[in-house]
Amino acid sequence: MMNTISQPKIEVRGMDLAYGSFVVMRDLKFTVKQSEIMIIMGGSGCGKSTLLKHLIGLIDPVRGDILYDGVSFVKADLDKKQDTLRTFGVLYQAGALWSSMTLEENVALPLEEYTKLSPGEIREIVSFKLSLVGLKGFEAFYPSEISGGMRKRAGLARAMALDPEILFFDEPSAGLDPISSRRLDDLILQLRDSLGSTVVVVTHELASIFAIGDNSIFLDAESRTMTAMGNPNELFKDPPNENVRYFLSRGEKAN
Amino acid sequence: MTNLGSPLKLKLLESIGMDSQEKIKMIESVREGNTLTLRLSGDWSLKESKPEFNTIVDTFPQDKAITGIKFDVAQLVTWESGLMTFLLKVIDYGKERGLEIYVDSLPDNIQRLLRLSQEVPEKEDVGKRSAEHALLPRIGKWGISNYDGFVDFTRFIGEVFLSILKLLSGRYHMRWGDFFVIVQETGAKALPIVSLIALLIGLIVAFLGSVTLARFGAEIYVSYLVAYGILREMGAIMTGVIVAGRTGAAFAAQIGTMKVTEEIDALKTMGISPVDFIVLPRMLALIIMMPLLVLYADLIGIIGGLLVTTLLLDFSVHQFLEGMNEAVALPDFYIGLVKGTIFGILVAISGCLRGMQCGNSADAVGLAATSAVVTGITLIIFANAVIDWIAAIHGF
Repeated sequence: MMNTISQPKIEVRGMDLAYGSFVVMRDLKFTVKQSEIMIIMGGSGCGKSTLLKHLIGLIDPVRGDILYDGVSFVKADLDKKQDTLRTFGVLYQAGALWSSMTLEENVALPLEEYTKLSPGEIREIVSFKLSLVGLKGFEAFYPSEISGGMRKRAGLARAMALDPEILFFDEPSAGLDPISSRRLDDLILQLRDSLGSTVVVVTHELASIFAIGDNSIFLDAESRTMTAMGNPNELFKDPPNENVRYFLSRGEKAN
Repeated sequence: MTNLGSPLKLKLLESIGMDSQEKIKMIESVREGNTLTLRLSGDWSLKESKPEFNTIVDTFPQDKAITGIKFDVAQLVTWESGLMTFLLKVIDYGKERGLEIYVDSLPDNIQRLLRLSQEVPEKEDVGKRSAEHALLPRIGKWGISNYDGFVDFTRFIGEVFLSILKLLSGRYHMRWGDFFVIVQETGAKALPIVSLIALLIGLIVAFLGSVTLARFGAEIYVSYLVAYGILREMGAIMTGVIVAGRTGAAFAAQIGTMKVTEEIDALKTMGISPVDFIVLPRMLALIIMMPLLVLYADLIGIIGGLLVTTLLLDFSVHQFLEGMNEAVALPDFYIGLVKGTIFGILVAISGCLRGMQCGNSADAVGLAATSAVVTGITLIIFANAVIDWIAAIHGF
């Protein structure tokens, strides 16, 4: 096999997560392949979002390393880190749109900061990205003037502004009605299929997990480490441990 | 402990006192062989206050022969959580003394609720409570949090300096559109309140001066007091205080909210430094606008003083200006402007720092705004004293 194909897009090596002195997760090891949709799942408060914050460089791990394209992210210097960050797109739980800017300005900001495009070109790209998430025509709206689901989609448009190699989603379906949530899932799949982006999704929404996940890891709050890895549908059929089965079957008691 | 067989109801009455007779009616304890039956009656809704558990317990017979507690709820009219907490206490009491609690003597729904509340055992290692009230850990925590605060502060100042260097060396391009919005917000929109306060301060200084100086027949020096007081001290201080309350609080609240809504995180993961993007334009805006506001406040304050001297003390405008001219020189005015600029920096630093330190809740945003104002005003007064002292040493 060619090296470029076998090399994982993301590789996490023996990582410990901590908030201050409180260790949340121990000894995480997993890899994400190019163009794969990786689900990080687990019960509430198990450290899913914390893991995401580590992956996108908001918190440094207390131990271990994260490699993007085989290059250490944790040990990289500031400039290298910034370069890597620019290949990410992150969709935050509530969108995290900059509230003092319109949707157009929100999506345009990364383009203005990191490209040499003319204002006209930027406007075209912005309206294209907004049309991808079904928000064409909402360019002049402020985040406070649109609904939660729209804010999330606008956040996705902004995350995609720089055609990122990796898209991170923090609980994409949280607070959405089942139909909007389903639509967002479809959107994630389509984006992956058409752009070839690698996708990392933090969620506990079972419907989403089974619908979009190629691969998944299960963070277990009790043992404070990951206890399962694999395709969620296969994990459901053949759970490696009781907690995974319990989680994926929505708390059904074993027969 | 000999008279255990006596009717317990009577003992209850004695121990609780007659005034709470109403409450007593709700519980009667009756001994039947080796079990104690608690006869619950009346209204156990949350509206009514319940009998104190300890006073009831005191009336239980301290008899080793008693092996269990039963409930009789035939007389119970209504019940809510108040009854549940009482029952849980009885169960705990029973457990401590190794008594059998006959839960099955309670109605089904109450039993279900009891089971539900006991299903998940109390988490022991959550790590709160206990140690937090002891003196030593509290001192330790206080020390650590102060140290962290200091580290935060120095890091923040460092980042701001780096960011200014980046701007000066052309490695960062300010978004001038945003900058001018902030300039307008902190400068032009503050004019009405600055006008009002400066005018009143001018009036007050002049009035104060006229009252005290009149005793020595030296009203002529009112213009001296007004000019010196407004230009050197009050103009800058009052503008600083207004801006700390208006703009400093706004900065802290804006940035704090941006932290809560993860907007700051979104900037970071986009590789944009929040200090470049948020703090720097705000700081520059205040550095530019504060001297201008002070200049304006000086003018309005002197007009206030002029009004009092001409209308109240019958001096002419010419006399007032003459007196002013004798009293102050240009350096006095410059000192006011320098103070204003420094106050602007202090307000921007305290507002932005408190915003960046903000926690993750609505509560934290409020605290950040409050603490930005308090820090801002404290720093202003302190800096004012230091500047006055330095000026005095150098003979200005």
